[in-house]
Amino acid sequence: MWSRLHPEAADPAAAGAVPAPLLSLRGLTCERDGRRLFAELDLDLRPGECLELTGPNGSGKSTLLRAIAGLYPDFDGTIDAAESLYLGHRAGLSTLLSAAENLRWYAALGGSAAGIAEALERVGMAGYERVPCQQMSAGQQRRVGLARLLLCPASLWLLDEPLTALDAAGHDLVRALIEGQMARGGAVICATHQGLGLARARRLALGSVAPAQVPA
Amino acid sequence: MSARPGPAGLFRAQLQRELVATARSLGEALNPLLFLFLAIALFAIGLGGQREALQDFAGGIIWVLVLLANLLALEGLFRRDYDDGTLEQMILLARPGFVPVLAKVLAQWCVTGLAMTLIAPLAALLLYLPGQVLGTALLTLLVGSPALTVLGAVGAALTVGLRRGGVLLALLVLPLYVPTLIFGAGAILQASLGLGASAQIYWLMAISMLAVTLGPFAVLAALKISLEQ
Amino acid sequence: MTLKELWHRLGSPRWFYQISGPLIWVLGSLATVLLVVGTVWGLAFAPPDYQQGDSFRIIYIHVPAAIVAQSAYMLMGAAGVVLLVWRMKLADMVIAAVVPFGMSMTAVALFTGAVWGKPTWGTWWVWDARTTSMLVLLFLYLGLYALRQAVPRPEAAGRACAVLAIVGLVNIPIIKYSVEWWRTLHQGATFTLTKAPAMPPEMWLPLLVNVIGIYCFFGANLAARLRLEILERERATSWVRGLIEGTPR
Repeated sequence: MWSRLHPEAADPAAAGAVPAPLLSLRGLTCERDGRRLFAELDLDLRPGECLELTGPNGSGKSTLLRAIAGLYPDFDGTIDAAESLYLGHRAGLSTLLSAAENLRWYAALGGSAAGIAEALERVGMAGYERVPCQQMSAGQQRRVGLARLLLCPASLWLLDEPLTALDAAGHDLVRALIEGQMARGGAVICATHQGLGLARARRLALGSVAPAQVPA
Repeated sequence: MSARPGPAGLFRAQLQRELVATARSLGEALNPLLFLFLAIALFAIGLGGQREALQDFAGGIIWVLVLLANLLALEGLFRRDYDDGTLEQMILLARPGFVPVLAKVLAQWCVTGLAMTLIAPLAALLLYLPGQVLGTALLTLLVGSPALTVLGAVGAALTVGLRRGGVLLALLVLPLYVPTLIFGAGAILQASLGLGASAQIYWLMAISMLAVTLGPFAVLAALKISLEQ
Repeated sequence: MTLKELWHRLGSPRWFYQISGPLIWVLGSLATVLLVVGTVWGLAFAPPDYQQGDSFRIIYIHVPAAIVAQSAYMLMGAAGVVLLVWRMKLADMVIAAVVPFGMSMTAVALFTGAVWGKPTWGTWWVWDARTTSMLVLLFLYLGLYALRQAVPRPEAAGRACAVLAIVGLVNIPIIKYSVEWWRTLHQGATFTLTKAPAMPPEMWLPLLVNVIGIYCFFGANLAARLRLEILERERATSWVRGLIEGTPR
């Protein structure tokens, strides 16, 4: 299932050379409503790496993730990203459809419909296949959303506040999923204001840049 | 393993999703049709229920109200998907991107244009439209309404991210509806005068075909812009 | 400078700002001279119409306004394509700058049309082909204006307007044709590219002068608005701040 990723990255020594980055940012600068969110950001994310994106509200975490995903075009600099999977603020589930129907739709957009039952079991939602998402709690919806990570293979995960609405077991689940992705040679960027608590994660704090001076 | 389904599979999956979702919120989908009837009744009451007046204006009344009922339905076309985050996933994942857009538009047309065509005989009855004109009226609705849905979808896509998009949507979309209105109502008028209306019907077909061919690309571009928040 | 270089330069608002200063004065003075000459000639010296008498003279304002209002929309649609395909900032500013101008010219054309209609047709408003398509054009302009006001982020607002302008541009010929089929009362076009005008030269020459004059006015107006837009949007950059502080750059 993960053959398209970079299996050698799990063991860099065996691979010999440093693997090519899955994400390169060069001179990334972004301004919104006359406020500078980040400036001249350079970043390489290689297989097996996880980046925790921290910073106060409004510091540009979501904007950076959306820019990498390709949803936000107004930046200067270059973004060179591998095929990515973006999990946004919103769960990305139609509340009128059941968990399985939602995931089958995602499979049609690019993924696999074969492992839906297993994926739901893995995120602790076994038996919820036919339950409409309307009847689920916010945390349960997030869990169904996380099942997408198992169904749609992508070498780069972009997670925007994945811990929102989840209980302690849910936090463990997210950590385990991210560690699994890293072990497979994928990469993860995770925006979070509370911290993931991952030992091996790199960290980038946004919001340290002063607001751009705009003459009134 | 991650072989993407072809465009046909994508189209089918999206269409199925839309139809299932519509079936589960059927009340919402039926509201514009109820509005159509209510408004026709109001017209009949406002014009004093006089047979001649209603007969003369039937084509215009039907078409204007169909435009407005379409407009009412359009607000919900992308709103739910925008709010629950599936719209951004569709734009990110679907390749080619216009395929699911086309499927959404088709599903929307089924519950607006097609449904309105099917209930139009009842509307014609209320407006005393002569029987021999009914065929022309139905044909104009059938071939003219796809253009309404597609052009409306462009407006809906442009306004989906805005808090109060409703009135703006009307301002953006209604001027674009003018040709369809002219040919649609004109055809019914011609037919009721006993003249041939095939020219107008061909025009409606041409406009719809142009809209269906080019429109989805405009809708896709507009959706991307609305998602830039 | 080759065309390709010019195209690249146009991508830089700063460059446009630097070269466009004299443009306002050249086009502006040309517009003043032409419009004064054309209007005085048309209103005072051109012969009266044998049927309409002096009331036809409003043509010298009505026709130029109507022509330039339609051209302005065409320009905006073209700018929309440039913005979406090449992401050229200046194209966005062109759309923003043209909307108020086109809107007011459409309104002028509709108003003078009504004033002309009263003595000619006996009523202020007639639903004929051209008045109707001008009215639809006004709504298209109003829609663009309202959309730009409604979208909070300026970059997104520009692109949204570009999409709408392009859709409108594709629709305009269809609207015009459908409306013409629907009803035709209006007198034929005063100018067409293929036929010589039916009026005598001493009547249409001042009109031609005014049409050229109003295009010059459009150019000057556009350049002035673009320069303002550029200053407004680039106000955080060092070159604009330099301008404000008065250091020549």
